[in-house]
Amino acid sequence: MNTFVNQFSTSSALSVIRKAQALVDDDEEFSDAAWGSEAGFGNLAKGVPSFSVPAVHDPTAFLRLHTDDHADPNCRIKIQHGTTTLAFRFQGGVIVAVDSRATAGSYIASGTVKKVIEINPYLLGTMAGGAADCQYWETYLGIQCRLHELRNRERISVAAASKYLSNLVYSYKGMGLSMGTMICGWDKTGPAVFYVDSDGTRLKGDLFSVGSGSTFAYGVLDQGYRWDLTDEEAQELGRRSIYAAGHRDAFSGNTCNLYHVKEDGWRFLGNYDITKMHYEGPGDVPGSAKTGYGYDVRVEGRVSSAAPAVAS
Amino acid sequence: MSSLNDVAGPQQRQFNPYTENGGTILAIAGTDFSVIAGDTRQSEGYNIQTRYAPKVFRLTDRAVLAVNGFAADGNMFVKKVKQRLEWYRHAHAKDMPLHAIARLIQTMLYARRFFPYYVYNILGGIEDDGSGAVYSFDPVGSYERETCRAAGAAQSLVQPFLDNQIYFKNQQPAPGTSFPAHLPLPIVLKLVIDSFTGATERHIEVGDGLEMYVVLAKGRDLSGLEGIVGLQELSTKSDGERIFVIRRELKKD
Repeated sequence: MNTFVNQFSTSSALSVIRKAQALVDDDEEFSDAAWGSEAGFGNLAKGVPSFSVPAVHDPTAFLRLHTDDHADPNCRIKIQHGTTTLAFRFQGGVIVAVDSRATAGSYIASGTVKKVIEINPYLLGTMAGGAADCQYWETYLGIQCRLHELRNRERISVAAASKYLSNLVYSYKGMGLSMGTMICGWDKTGPAVFYVDSDGTRLKGDLFSVGSGSTFAYGVLDQGYRWDLTDEEAQELGRRSIYAAGHRDAFSGNTCNLYHVKEDGWRFLGNYDITKMHYEGPGDVPGSAKTGYGYDVRVEGRVSSAAPAVAS
Repeated sequence: MSSLNDVAGPQQRQFNPYTENGGTILAIAGTDFSVIAGDTRQSEGYNIQTRYAPKVFRLTDRAVLAVNGFAADGNMFVKKVKQRLEWYRHAHAKDMPLHAIARLIQTMLYARRFFPYYVYNILGGIEDDGSGAVYSFDPVGSYERETCRAAGAAQSLVQPFLDNQIYFKNQQPAPGTSFPAHLPLPIVLKLVIDSFTGATERHIEVGDGLEMYVVLAKGRDLSGLEGIVGLQELSTKSDGERIFVIRRELKKD
């Protein structure tokens, strides 16, 4: 009986508390962003960010209904897909090479995408799958790596950084994230490459390629790979593999971005047009044969339609 | 006796909060200016809901945001971005720099990763170093700085035209000459108008009106804007970056 009275009373102790709580809750409607800039961290200021979720019984099904372009090509929100990325470890460090095409269905949404994410001067991440997922979470990983440095007075290892990311995406498993990434860098143990994807897989290895064009890249990469490759040979192998994928996979192409990670951190080596590589080669760069990679260029004058004269 | 319910399969309901409101937006960056444009038609299916619904908005004296896709989401998103920029102004007594607005938009879009805003954003303006800049976004926040970008219903008609006329794709320079890296303002304005008249001719969701916002870097003279009819200034200060809007009619059929 008393509880019933309390529930609707406007003067009881309980209702005063309830009113006070309502006032506090009201205040919560304004986030800290209202009173400052959150130190430049945006909605990352309070550690793990929070996400809005639609008020339906199955939010994941909702997201899939509106964003998954494999199930329904006519769905409204097209998330950009299609890629070739590769990274390999060798005697001279790590080579990271990627293409630059982003597709939405069959439309080429962009030919100038930066698929290598510069996490910090010693760590690189590659981008395959959802562009926003990779960009956002690898930036977030960069924040956490810096905090690790400040707390421990020591740079984070590649193993630890990649495990931070894999544990993070694993906590969102089944929610629709899509990432296939390679975390590359140099730490106390030397050059390191880890493959991390949104299923929660995390693999340590010497050589990986991810994306729709990965099979074509592996073809070139596997036949040319050796641990004792020189720096120039390794850089050329990275370029040549991305070229092969850009040439044979419709969802990859435009240009190749090449990075080399050494003991003193990563270095951006260049941007190479894939069509130009086909006809003229990558230009005057170390390791290049200075001729086009294209079939026609290599067999000119030696095909059956223009066969050399038979001596008889 | 069989009712309809016995024959029909299970009834299914789905939550469909999105629609597509057509239209096209476009932005081009110059060395010391930036042009951000959009048509003003809003449609749903084959119905034209209104002939004047702005898609391009002034955020600060040096930043302009164009939104395309689902109009309700777009208007709400612009409202929330403007609110965050006002809070920033109160906390720091200055306008947020353009590259920071771009990052803010990324985190705001990604906060809705599991219930996305159905909006394609293009942010244009002047960077701290005085250069013109364009940032383009996907609905969940991946972004990139570019020189030019078209989005929306007629992006597949407009972007190839821009690739050809701005980046000089598939063109060969005359012997002994080379293509400019950035075009002057009068040329850019002509290209924007041509893009939209062209898109209006060939796309049913584009037309009615055209709004072009021009942002000029600090200290730049008005060359390229003299003699333009209906030029309207929107800047709050005369000694900083300056914003102008130019309105043109497009075909209404």
